[in-house]
Amino acid sequence: MNFLIKGAALLGGAEQDVLIHNGTIAEIGASLTSAGAEVIDAAGLVLLPGLVDLHTHLREPGREDTETIATGSAAAALGGYTAVHAMANTNPVADTAELVEQVFRLGERAGLVDVRPVGAVSKHLAGEELAELGSMARSAPAVRVFSDDGRCVHDSQLMRRALEYVKPFGGVIAQHAQDPRLADGTACCHEGEFSGRLGLPGWPAVAEESIIARDVMLAEHTGSRLHVCHVSTAGSVEVIRWAKARGIDVTAEVTPHHLLLTVDLLASYDPVFKVNPPLRPSADVAALRAGLADGTIDAVATDHAPHASHDKDHAFGDAAFGMLGLQTAVGVVAQTMVGAGLLDWAGVADRMSVRPALIGRLDGHGRPIVAGEPANLTLIDPAGTHEVTADSIVSRSRNTPYAGRTLPASVVATFFRGTPTVLSGKLVNGVPA
Amino acid sequence: MKNLLSAADLTRDEALEILDTAARMHNIQTREVKKLPPLRGRTIVNLFFEDSTRTRSSFEIAGKWLSADVINVSAKGSSVSKGESLRDTVLTVAAMGVDALVVRHHASGAVQRIAQWVDCGVVNAGDGTHEHPTQALLDAYTLRGRLGSLDGRHVVIVGDITHSRVARSNVLLLTTLGARVTLVAPPTLMPSGVGTWPCETSWDLDETLSGKSFGDVDAVMMLRVQRERMGGGQSGEARGAGQSNFVPTEREYAVLYGLSPRRLALLGEDVPVLHPGPMNRGLEISSAAADSIEHSVVLDQVQAGVAVRMAVLYRLLAGASEEVAV
Repeated sequence: MNFLIKGAALLGGAEQDVLIHNGTIAEIGASLTSAGAEVIDAAGLVLLPGLVDLHTHLREPGREDTETIATGSAAAALGGYTAVHAMANTNPVADTAELVEQVFRLGERAGLVDVRPVGAVSKHLAGEELAELGSMARSAPAVRVFSDDGRCVHDSQLMRRALEYVKPFGGVIAQHAQDPRLADGTACCHEGEFSGRLGLPGWPAVAEESIIARDVMLAEHTGSRLHVCHVSTAGSVEVIRWAKARGIDVTAEVTPHHLLLTVDLLASYDPVFKVNPPLRPSADVAALRAGLADGTIDAVATDHAPHASHDKDHAFGDAAFGMLGLQTAVGVVAQTMVGAGLLDWAGVADRMSVRPALIGRLDGHGRPIVAGEPANLTLIDPAGTHEVTADSIVSRSRNTPYAGRTLPASVVATFFRGTPTVLSGKLVNGVPA
Repeated sequence: MKNLLSAADLTRDEALEILDTAARMHNIQTREVKKLPPLRGRTIVNLFFEDSTRTRSSFEIAGKWLSADVINVSAKGSSVSKGESLRDTVLTVAAMGVDALVVRHHASGAVQRIAQWVDCGVVNAGDGTHEHPTQALLDAYTLRGRLGSLDGRHVVIVGDITHSRVARSNVLLLTTLGARVTLVAPPTLMPSGVGTWPCETSWDLDETLSGKSFGDVDAVMMLRVQRERMGGGQSGEARGAGQSNFVPTEREYAVLYGLSPRRLALLGEDVPVLHPGPMNRGLEISSAAADSIEHSVVLDQVQAGVAVRMAVLYRLLAGASEEVAV
């Protein structure tokens, strides 16, 4: 099947026609025609390279009641993604070549996005012994991103070893920065005015910043590549800015929710706002937006974290951490960055596709929109809106913090290797069972 | 008033009404037959997710003296570990036909959340380290009994403010009633952002009691300090890394922040000493202070607790407008 996208603004710039043939961008130009191609009227729409998520929890294997690789892939496609990095904290943990291959195969079978497994840094995420990073790197999915996400690799020696060990195959250690002595498992509210008033265990900014500071020094010492997951504080942005200026090979991501939501929402004690790291005050949000705008923060990554309602229907402190993000990321970025004049659509492409693909060493994604490149593409209506309701969610879980909000911009179509997974804002093949 | 979740829910007039109702309720405690009819046929469930002896008994007696049927449900052990959601636990109890739930929970905000799920009235009997509004009401009642009006009065609250729901509710209620509050604690036991609270704070108990920095003291409230906050803690692993080493030793805490006989002697003779109990004698409060006939109002607080809880239950279930016949 061939497709002719008519009159799309490439990266928000000049309007062009784009002909997709056999999974590849065949031609770009004005007033293209092609017999037999399905024509997609893209007047007023923005064409971006397919989005790449560096941080996705797909819950399979282990918690298929909350999400599967298929349903998570569908949510990703609807959100404009063509590739996701599936985090390792499944049950069992993705800490061997066999397990990452299983995730990879299930992703292929779903066929909606490239599902790139993230390998665990340590066996069982226990933070004690290195997992078989080399075997995972040499497995079919060619794992390049390793993370104990959900837990911090807090042992300095283990972190050092991991950073060094992945150098031969271009791997990167993606750190969940949380000093477990400064912010233990009960910590759930940014330490400050709200934690004190609400009586919720504090999660101080310094618990994140001190680990990032240590890790950038380790990355410098070992000459290795470090990626910092879900940066949430102004101080973290400063540390990363300093490290980059020093030439340290560090990259960082921010979640959509940390770009929009603030700690005051916790006054409701509604665990839909319980996430790790926690929502921060508006000054941090402003610093994160500025850091993303100036490139200190390389990428937007969703930290999409589905949870069953019965894991959220508890008191705040007892409920599970995490919120959905794949279907709402474009809208949140449009509101907080594009709408605020901090990024144009080319900048969105850079932070949500180009740089995440580079960090993940992911071929065929985040590429320029030129002839000969794989047709992983996303069409966005910048003037559209997206009303977030329970019915609009295709994840198996419903824990979106945006329910009831109307977000700007909408994903109109997603092309995955030349095949549309989403057209007119709907899944071409429906919601997976 | 459908619920009482936070001391902040109460306006000055509402709080004074509850205290006035409590005063009338208080009279029956000295009667031979301690029973009033207004809540006959109503069912109150004390739903306690955390152990409590005094608060649960106090609510139970309060409900029974108002002729309500009172059932105690102990739901200790987090529902998370049992595989049942809090929502399911609460809806199950509420479905039995309950008019009011009196809830204690180990997690802050749990009672506020429960109130969103049920149609019956809900009273917060202590949620985590957040609030304990009926404790604040009974403290205010006790203080009124000793001081008269609280307007302009200076109340000093000493101890583990960070983890105290009693302190939070008292700061809110006492300031609503016109009092000034000074919180005294070492920096490690002072809550984040306490500078935004409507009170003064001090790290120095002697200076505060001297009246030099914050004015003459009209009442002192000593808070219970958990022993596991001292040093490495007794079971640091089980309680999590963040629960220990707030203070080096019990001895040092007692020296710096305990209401010792020497400090008791510094107080004016009519200054009441409060403690929500249970007391750690020799730690935050000396026996001289706890047993002082001139100063200690600890047992008055317990008595007031029943009267205040009767007033709250009455207001919740019989309505604010009806005049109680005593």
